[in-house]
This record gives sequence, structure tokens and C-alpha cells, in this order.
Amino acid sequence: MDVIFDIAVYVICFVVFLLIAYPLYFVVIASVSDSTRVATGEVLLFPKGFSLFGYKEIFQDPRIWTGYKNTIIYSVGGTLISLLFTLPAAYVLSRPEFRARRFLMFFFVFTMFFSGGLIPTYLLMKNLNLTDTMWVFIFNPATINVFNLIITRTFFESNIPKEMFEAASIDGCTHFQFFMKVVMPLSKAIISVIALYYFVWHWNDFFTGLIYVRDNSLQPLQIVLRDILLSNQVFVEGAGTGGNAGGYAQRYADQIKYGVIIVSSLPVLVIYPFVQKYFEKGVMIGSIKG
Amino acid sequence: MKETKLKKKPALFTTFKRDYQLWLMILPAIVTVFIFNYIPMYGIQLAFREFDFTKGLTGGEWVGLKYFTQFVESYMFVDLMRNTLVLSLSTITVGFPAPIMLALLINQIKWKRAKKTLQTTVYLPHFISIVVLVGLLNVLLSPNTGIVGYLMKLIGFGDVNLLASTQTFVPVYVLSDVWQHVGWNSIIYLAALSSVDPQLYDAAKMDGASRWQIIRNIEFPALVPTIIILLILNMGSIISTGFEKVFLMQNALNLPVSEVIETYVYKIGIVSNQFSYAAAIGLFNTLINFTLLVCVNAIARRVAKISLW
Repeated sequence: MDVIFDIAVYVICFVVFLLIAYPLYFVVIASVSDSTRVATGEVLLFPKGFSLFGYKEIFQDPRIWTGYKNTIIYSVGGTLISLLFTLPAAYVLSRPEFRARRFLMFFFVFTMFFSGGLIPTYLLMKNLNLTDTMWVFIFNPATINVFNLIITRTFFESNIPKEMFEAASIDGCTHFQFFMKVVMPLSKAIISVIALYYFVWHWNDFFTGLIYVRDNSLQPLQIVLRDILLSNQVFVEGAGTGGNAGGYAQRYADQIKYGVIIVSSLPVLVIYPFVQKYFEKGVMIGSIKG
Repeated sequence: MKETKLKKKPALFTTFKRDYQLWLMILPAIVTVFIFNYIPMYGIQLAFREFDFTKGLTGGEWVGLKYFTQFVESYMFVDLMRNTLVLSLSTITVGFPAPIMLALLINQIKWKRAKKTLQTTVYLPHFISIVVLVGLLNVLLSPNTGIVGYLMKLIGFGDVNLLASTQTFVPVYVLSDVWQHVGWNSIIYLAALSSVDPQLYDAAKMDGASRWQIIRNIEFPALVPTIIILLILNMGSIISTGFEKVFLMQNALNLPVSEVIETYVYKIGIVSNQFSYAAAIGLFNTLINFTLLVCVNAIARRVAKISLW
């Protein structure tokens, strides 16, 4: 019986694996294959008619470069600011002697369940003159992510022994020093996890660009991607998207799209394996108690 | 510390002198959340006022429930409510049990390397952006050049454009959502499974329980508290279907089923500048969410003695 059960488990797992992995794999092989052969369904397991046409077009496209540059600035800047605000706050909320912690915890958590909604937020951003600036990507309602705050606080609570600060403070250690010299070095796991969360959020943030920014030179990669992937503005000059160029242009357009999907997702996918080992630890510690 | 036990505990804010460093450390977070999350809550008043550019967020003339009445009576109301509910209920019914089953499945794998590979793979789509996901759907499902379109033709469905049909919009939305998040959402259940007492397994084996019986009687019950908490959280957002994905998947052909409250608020408010009306519709949305959350939480507390607060 156990053997049959095991076989069933492995078969189902393999099917799940294929269903999730194949679309991703297909994008990779389609991006380096001859677009005609992709369109006729010849490319299924291996790339056919190797061609880097899509990538060549992508790297010549100034929109991609601007978007990439902007997104890197916003993601790095935004992640740093968010960490700078979240980590000390989480430390404070983890201190049992801090009397306001329950009240402040409620102050933060309440925003997870109730919000002012799109329009009041939009008008606030306008009043603060943040719209159409790069700052709106860094300072916005997502600057402090309450979920990240909670998992970090829980990590500090369960990983920094309470007696440690008492011992350190007898030696004249202040909270600032303790936080910098003891808490931070002991918390690499949680810092990497929430840094990844914040970074991925910024990297994938499409909403901020859509709602708050009109200026094309400020737009992040995701807005450029929308234009290329969904609005079919594949070629800068607009050539080839017109009527009589028809199927020919559409196929090249698709190859560019496959390439763009890869180029734009690369940074996150490169960081991912390095942080992956911490995922379960971070989520496990934080969310159940949360 | 000994002193505080003997004396009356210091009040909430009078510890400022002793804890000024802690206050300084948490101040940036408080200020940020206050500005970006609490001021908009105060700005909800806009839904009851006539928006006036010169007077700002809360200065316009009071009009009471005018905009709520306008929304409820508008011809869009029934469609919007139906679309929103259909989309979010389908997402929950399919998307909620999926990670639970996946976690139970992954937990059965004994071969470490296979387990690791599967986990790495299933987490991956979670990190893809919404724009890329919808772009992926577009190229893969295209009836002319996409592989799925090609396969559909091969099987004999003909030229069906899955993205531009009112019948296929919901399934495509829901299934792609499951594809993207099932792995990631299973992490929390895997964490819960890893804390099951090993003695329970031993005892069950002694009693001659089959693998299936262990899953049903030991592992599944171990997940129930987590399931309930996550279900409550999900119910709270039942009516706020992810704006971005719906918005990006919308086109003229699927609009009759894809226009939901949030996309409508965007169009009324940001695109056509009817701020008060849009704020009222948005508040309508928030209130239903919040009420649902409170109700489900109350039910869970009564039935299963588990609640968020």
C-alpha cells in the first residue's frame, strides 16, 4: 500500500512541477528561438533556430534603459529607507519594558484592515507635492509594511534573549548601541528576508507609476513593460505595429516580449536563491504569532 | 525593573524620559504611517462632501449621503457588485484550498532533493510582477502566436481568444492566480506541519494507521488553526480583488465581467476627476470589507475559538 501511495505522491508532484515550471522554461527557450517556429508550435522542449533578435532590439530600446535605471534607483533607495524605518521600530516593539508597545502595535496593525482608500490617498500625495517626483516611489503608504514589521518584531522577540540587554546595559550600553552592535549582527536572516520582500515589492511596483506619475522620464520599468507587453508598443518608432505589416511584425513583437519578460525579471531571480534558505524561517517565525 | 513592580506601573507616555531612545527609534515609522495611512482615513470625509479644489481634502461643502445614493442607484451598481463578488469568491474557493493540498503533498515527499527542487520551483512565480504575469498570459494564450492558442487549435477549439471572452476571463484570472501564489502560500502550512509532534506519528503507526489516515487525522487537524486565521484574513479582502491584475487584464471585450469596484473607482476618480463620487464608492468597498472581516472573525471565535483579536 505504501508503495502505491508513494508512487501517487511522486506522480502528482511531478505534474505540479511541470505545470508551474514549464511556462517559465518555455519563455526562456522562446526568447532565443526563431519566432516563426515558436508560432507554429515547433518549440516545445528545446530552442529551435537560435536567434537573439529579441534581445538585440531590447538593448537598443532607450525606454528599457530609462525604466531599468529608474527602477534600480527606486528599489535600492526604497528598500534602504524602508529597512531604516522598519528595523528600529520592530526592535522597539519587541522590548517588553516599552510601555506604549501594545498601543503602538494596534496603531500599526489597524492599517492592515482599514484604509482611506484610493482617492483620499491620491489627493494627499498631490497635496504633499509628491506626485510626479521620484520621491513618491520611496515615500508612500507602502514605506512601512506592517506585515514585515510584525515578522521582524517576532524574530527579535524570539531570537534576542531578554537578559542580553540587561547584561549589556549594566556595562553602560545604550539602546542605540545595543541595537547596532548586538541585535543587527544577530539578525542577518530576518534582515535578508524583509530586504528581499521590500526590494521585490519596489521592483514589481506598477501601481505607483500608474497613479502618481505622468512624466515618462520618471517611469519605472513596470510601466515600460506594460507598454511593450500589453499595449503592443514594441518598436519605438511604431514601425511594424501597423496593419499591413501583419503577422510578420507580430511574431517579432512576440520574440521581443519573451526577451523583455526575462530581462525584467532577472535581478529578482538572481537574488532569490541566496535568500531562499531564509524564507521558511522568516515566515514561520513571524506569521503564526502575528 | 524591581522598582516598577513595587510602584504603580508608569503610564503610557510618562516613560518618555527613560525610554527616549526607544521613542526616537520608532518615531520615523510612526510619522510615516500617520501621514500616509491615517491622514487618508481622515480624508474619507471627502465621500460626504462636495470636492472643492481650493479647499482641499476636507473643506468642501457637506452633502451627506448624496454620492452613496448615486452609486447604489446607478446602472453600474449591480454589475460591479456581481463582478467583484464572482471574481473574489472564485479566487477564494479555488485559491484557498490549493496551498493546503500542496503543503500536505510536499510534506509526503521523503526524497530531500526532489522536495527542495519542487519547493524552489513553486515559490518562484510569486516573485514575478503582475505586469509580467499578464504579459505572459497574453503571449502564451494568443490565438495567433501563442502556444496555448496553438494547442487549442490542434485539439479543435478553433480561434478562441481566452483573454477577450466573457466566459473565460474568470477561469483565466483564477487559475493564473493559483499558478502564481500556490507555492508561496503553502510555506505557512508547511511550517505548521513541521511542528506536529513526532510522537503522534509514532502512536498512529503503532495503531496501524495508513498514510492516508495519518494525513486525515493528524496532519490536517494540525493545520486547522492556521487555516482559520488565513481564511479570516482572506474574507476581509474578499471584495478588494487585486486592482492591478484585473486592470491589466481588462479589454473592451471582457469588460462586462471584468469591471470591478476598484477599477471603477480608478476610472471615476483618477481618470475623470470625480473625486467625491469615487471616494464614496471606495468607502463602500472598504466598509463591506471591514464588516465581513469582523463577522467572519466573530463566527470563527464562536465556532472554533480562534480569532484575530
